[in-house]
Amino acid sequence: MRAKLPIPPNRRHVLIGSAAAAACLAAPAIVRAQAKSLKIAVLLPRSGYLAPSGQSCHRGALIAPKVLAEFGHAVDLVHVDIESNPDVARTQCERVINDGAQCVVGAFDSASTLAMAQVCEQRKVPLVVNIGAAPQLTEQGYKYLVRNFPTGGQLVTNGLKLINDLLAATKVEPKTAVFLHANDTFGTAQRQAMDRIFPTAGLPFRLLDSIAYDPKAQDLSVEVTKLRALNPDLVLVVTRAADAIKLVRDMVRQHFEPMGIVSPGSPGLYDEEFYQALGPLADYPIYNIPWANPKTHMTQALEAAFKPANPNFRFAVESFNVGFTFEALLIAADGFKRAGTTDGPELMEAIRATDIAEHVMIGSAIKFDAKGQNVGIPSAAVQNRNRTPTVVLPASIATTAPVLPMPGWQKRT
Amino acid sequence: MLHPGHEESARRTSMIWSIYVNVVVQGVLTGLVYGLMALGLSVIFGVVRVVNFAHGEFAVVGMYAAFLLFRSLGLDPLVTMLPIAAAFFAIGFALQASLINSFVGRAEHEQFILLVGVGIVIANVLLMTFGPDARPANLPYGFDSYLIGPLIVDKVRVYSAIAAVAIAAALFAFFRWTATGTAIRACADNLAGAAVVGLNVKRLYAITFGIGLACVGAAGALMVTIADAAPSLGPAYTLLAFIIVIVGGLGSMAGALIGGILIGVSEALAGFIIEPSMKSMFSFALLIAVLVLRPRGLMGRRA
Repeated sequence: MRAKLPIPPNRRHVLIGSAAAAACLAAPAIVRAQAKSLKIAVLLPRSGYLAPSGQSCHRGALIAPKVLAEFGHAVDLVHVDIESNPDVARTQCERVINDGAQCVVGAFDSASTLAMAQVCEQRKVPLVVNIGAAPQLTEQGYKYLVRNFPTGGQLVTNGLKLINDLLAATKVEPKTAVFLHANDTFGTAQRQAMDRIFPTAGLPFRLLDSIAYDPKAQDLSVEVTKLRALNPDLVLVVTRAADAIKLVRDMVRQHFEPMGIVSPGSPGLYDEEFYQALGPLADYPIYNIPWANPKTHMTQALEAAFKPANPNFRFAVESFNVGFTFEALLIAADGFKRAGTTDGPELMEAIRATDIAEHVMIGSAIKFDAKGQNVGIPSAAVQNRNRTPTVVLPASIATTAPVLPMPGWQKRT
Repeated sequence: MLHPGHEESARRTSMIWSIYVNVVVQGVLTGLVYGLMALGLSVIFGVVRVVNFAHGEFAVVGMYAAFLLFRSLGLDPLVTMLPIAAAFFAIGFALQASLINSFVGRAEHEQFILLVGVGIVIANVLLMTFGPDARPANLPYGFDSYLIGPLIVDKVRVYSAIAAVAIAAALFAFFRWTATGTAIRACADNLAGAAVVGLNVKRLYAITFGIGLACVGAAGALMVTIADAAPSLGPAYTLLAFIIVIVGGLGSMAGALIGGILIGVSEALAGFIIEPSMKSMFSFALLIAVLVLRPRGLMGRRA
């Protein structure tokens, strides 16, 4: 029996094959041309010990599509909880990219963001950092990452300068301070920045000690006892979330009354949970962080969308988390609009070339340097007054004067 | 007359010492609550010879029970710890009678897997019911403290420690002066002898497991006055209870309380003298030291 020979290709077969190949090659371009909106995965710590801040950022992400649409941007968001756990952040980032996310935004926490950055770099998917200050995020040469948030060093530099302005404005002369910080990635980065920057910051007080603590600790009684032993005039803090409540609670219990509690740039002191748990005791800490600019049209649009969507929350309290999360989504959407494609490398190139003059937070236009860092984000000194974050410095945007020393715990009503 | 510089130095020294005493007192008070939690573990192992690897998870259930009763009915955890302990006794009795009795005498790894499984189920049920976030009770006296000379002591810790000591004392009295307590001790000392004289060993085991869980339920209710309830706390509490009973002596009731105090004080002092973020390390250092120098624990009997 003779073996059946394969039919040699004729001209018709070649034509059909060529047409099929051309169609396959052209398909991505067709898909690209058809992409009307950008699918963005928003990864945030909506549960776990960072939940208060993560939930606050989430509220910003929920209202973002509507506001972005008003400004001509189309986005399709996927919301994912990373449980305040970098391992979960890494696996969830993998999962959302596998499920078709074309851009990733997150993740409030530096450690989780670092874990996600490795995944995004490997998969060539742009990662826009909403909040996360650890310097290594933009120092490790990631090509698929941009950060619209100050580094720890920038936060501390701006924060210490504002403390100088604060002392000048209140004519208070503290002699000593203690730096108390969480020992996680963010807190440790802030400690390193303090060690580097404080000696040259020209502040008129001595730093007696730096104390690291576990932000997930059950209570901070030992930490406060240590503060009491050192008896500083000022307590400089880098808190994270619920640990700020525990700190004030133990200060009150131990009758420790410093002249002021000042954060050179950290969360925790302005979460709604902080106000609800402490009531009048939540007033008067000062935190030097970037803040929303109430005068821009975009901030007003964001606030208008926030109010009906979150009747139980105040934009004044949430504007930091909501504002930066919205801006991260704005950067991604703006990059997509200019690139006209969801292709990772092309989209990333467009995002790196961002130049957005009108936005939410204070500062100049959003632009990124060669490392993907926005270096033009200033800080404002914000003080809790009547359980509302209130800008007290710089004078150009302040709505009231700062109060220092803060009134004693027992004198609060 | 003292030189002003000396006066200042003496005042400073006195203040530092008072702060040290304060740290030790806070450590003792917290340690007593830890001790009550570990007492349950020690009682169960001392009699039933089963190590409850779901101990921390049961403590967290106690915390949530106290939290719910406070938030919904306004009942103070110091009051609700009694009904919570009673409910935990019933749960423990039923669990031992229905499930754990059949594992008594079986290989240790089988007991281990069973109770780890129970712990995982509890943690996940809590996670599904309450979510992963910490829930603070925010008691009205949560910010108050007692000023005793130079000492400042939190009210919540004082109340919790007193309650822990009262429960431990009641437990000691139960085992010392009641017929059931004596019978349980007989089971612990000589199981074969207890069976020969006609004691219902299985029932006594169930009562013992119930008592162990009642301790941990009450300790959980007390813990919620000091710390926020969260489903993820279980393994840490189990580990803490283990460290305490190993330091104090597995099976020794007094050892559990002494171990609790030692761990509470060592953590507080280490946090104060060295670095707060390193305080847990000293619990483990103490554990290693005891395992090397006195493997049966401080109050444990020689095998």
